[in-house]
Amino acid sequence: MGKSDRRGRALSLDSVAGNGLLNRRALLGQGLALAGSMGVAGTTGAAAEPLKDEPWSFAFGEITPPLQTPSRFEKNVVRALSNPNGQFRTSHARTPHHLLNGAITPNSLHFTINHCGIPDIDPAVHKLVIHGMVRQPLEFDLDTLSRYPLVTRAHFVECAGNSAAMFSNEPVQAPAGLLHGLVSCSEWTGVPLSILLDEAGIDPKAKWLVAEGGDAQHLDRSVPVKKAYDDALVAIYQNGERLMPGNGYPMRLLLPGYQGNMNVKFLRRLKAVDQPAYTYFETKNYSQILLGGKTWRFHFLMEVKSFITSPSFGQHLKEPGFYAISGVAYSGTGRIARVEVSADGGKSWGEAALQAPVSDKAFTRFVMPWRWDGGPAVLQSRAWDEAGNAQPLRADFVAMRGETRKPVKSPLAFPNQHYNSITSWGINAKGEIAHVYS
Amino acid sequence: MSIRKTIVATLLAVALGAGAAPAQSPNSSAPTTSPNLGRPISEADIKNWDIAVLPNGVGLPAGQGTPQEGAKIYAEKCSACHGDDGKGGVAPFYPGLVGGPPLTDGIDTKKTIANYYAYPTTIFDYIRRAMPYNAPRSLTDHEVYALTAYILSLNKLIGENDTMDAQTLPKVKMPNRDNFILPYPDRI
Repeated sequence: MGKSDRRGRALSLDSVAGNGLLNRRALLGQGLALAGSMGVAGTTGAAAEPLKDEPWSFAFGEITPPLQTPSRFEKNVVRALSNPNGQFRTSHARTPHHLLNGAITPNSLHFTINHCGIPDIDPAVHKLVIHGMVRQPLEFDLDTLSRYPLVTRAHFVECAGNSAAMFSNEPVQAPAGLLHGLVSCSEWTGVPLSILLDEAGIDPKAKWLVAEGGDAQHLDRSVPVKKAYDDALVAIYQNGERLMPGNGYPMRLLLPGYQGNMNVKFLRRLKAVDQPAYTYFETKNYSQILLGGKTWRFHFLMEVKSFITSPSFGQHLKEPGFYAISGVAYSGTGRIARVEVSADGGKSWGEAALQAPVSDKAFTRFVMPWRWDGGPAVLQSRAWDEAGNAQPLRADFVAMRGETRKPVKSPLAFPNQHYNSITSWGINAKGEIAHVYS
Repeated sequence: MSIRKTIVATLLAVALGAGAAPAQSPNSSAPTTSPNLGRPISEADIKNWDIAVLPNGVGLPAGQGTPQEGAKIYAEKCSACHGDDGKGGVAPFYPGLVGGPPLTDGIDTKKTIANYYAYPTTIFDYIRRAMPYNAPRSLTDHEVYALTAYILSLNKLIGENDTMDAQTLPKVKMPNRDNFILPYPDRI
């Protein structure tokens, strides 16, 4: 081997990077053999005690409800609200990633941002019109769209302002769900928008669609026709059931991999035009000031990104030993090709296992076996997508995109947009986890 | 539908001599292999919803307004949130509408109408579709022109007596108009 980790100890055969990262093969049923070869016991802690029955094993349980909700022991698994007292302003609800697993976000926990409350839309009345530079303007409703041959695909939706507190010049102490909770992933079912545009006969000179919602802001965004024909859907189901009201019931535009705000909810109108409308949201919030004073607009793409959800801020490692480092990776460009994990703040990296399926523009769950020795550690993840894009290192990212001059006070703040750099969780000898920059 | 299925469907349609749409389709020149379940509707029947305004002025309605007219409407319907004379200060989440520093402070720069917006039509469009926050679409087009004129005048982007209408508004040049670049031009 000839290698040693940062404390000068020889790396074992199973080690792929410093500070205890193990070969991902350890996850494929070879863990016991590998553990044995390390000379470390396969189990830790005290021996189990004799078993006894508990009260729930002796009593008839609850009546089965028509709509089931999580166990009362999971009451803390809820979204974090930006506007819990219902002030007359925008409301955000963030997905608690640090309390979840897998690659699909439960509908009740999907993030949502509503700029003027959630409209109470009667699906029997709601209509979608396609008009403007088309041969024949058409009107659709939920019934007619439901008769189309629907397609189902897993896609993440991410607010361009997700992780914005990471632009702070000092790390904001908050769990993954508060820092990164404005991204979620669902299996969306809907009608390919290209079919509807073809039926309306869109003019080849129409390069943009102004997409508009039926909410009280009539929220609208300019969408390139190119994207509409690439992979856009008019989504009418979310994880097998109708859309959640906060996610656009009864229908929303789905533009896989593009800024969440462009995935117009409560979709009621698509107007084909020859130029973008420069709507309020694309003019102000969703274009970014660069360091030289120029500004990016029509950024659209949510770039390759990953973050560790476990172990992460707010959790506590109770004892040294084996842990599965786990998180999500995704890219608006396509599939995730590789995720690497570091336990020593980026000095060395090992390749994580990717859970199947690895889908296009969707969450991919990564897992990295790790044996914590009880000493300080800094956990990081870094993703690459199939187009070869790498999640940028923080120093490079900040040099290009900037950071605040003063520390950001709240994880709910939006000092900038489109943060896709690395998240670092610092673990001390007590097993406590802080958000750090490394 | 996969590419293969589309090809198969197209071949079938050709083989069956399906040159015309199914009889029940109301949209006779639409692709014959498509469900064609949309109901034809005229632009006249869409007019009430058709509020999108483009920077070249397409979509701007008839009507006009002056800063003086706008000031009266503003005091009545806007100042409760946006503050007297557009100065903000009512609550951190209700923006002021006047002024703005140069964009030289990186991401700490506050984006405002005067220092940031590329086109004046955005102001008209957003007021008409979303304001007042508690009563969207309640303003007449004249009132929207007047409020747009008032805000532009507060920011000294037009004169105090300039009238805004479908011809004059698109001609107002915003200071930051030519400062934008595209990170992904090939996606448009």
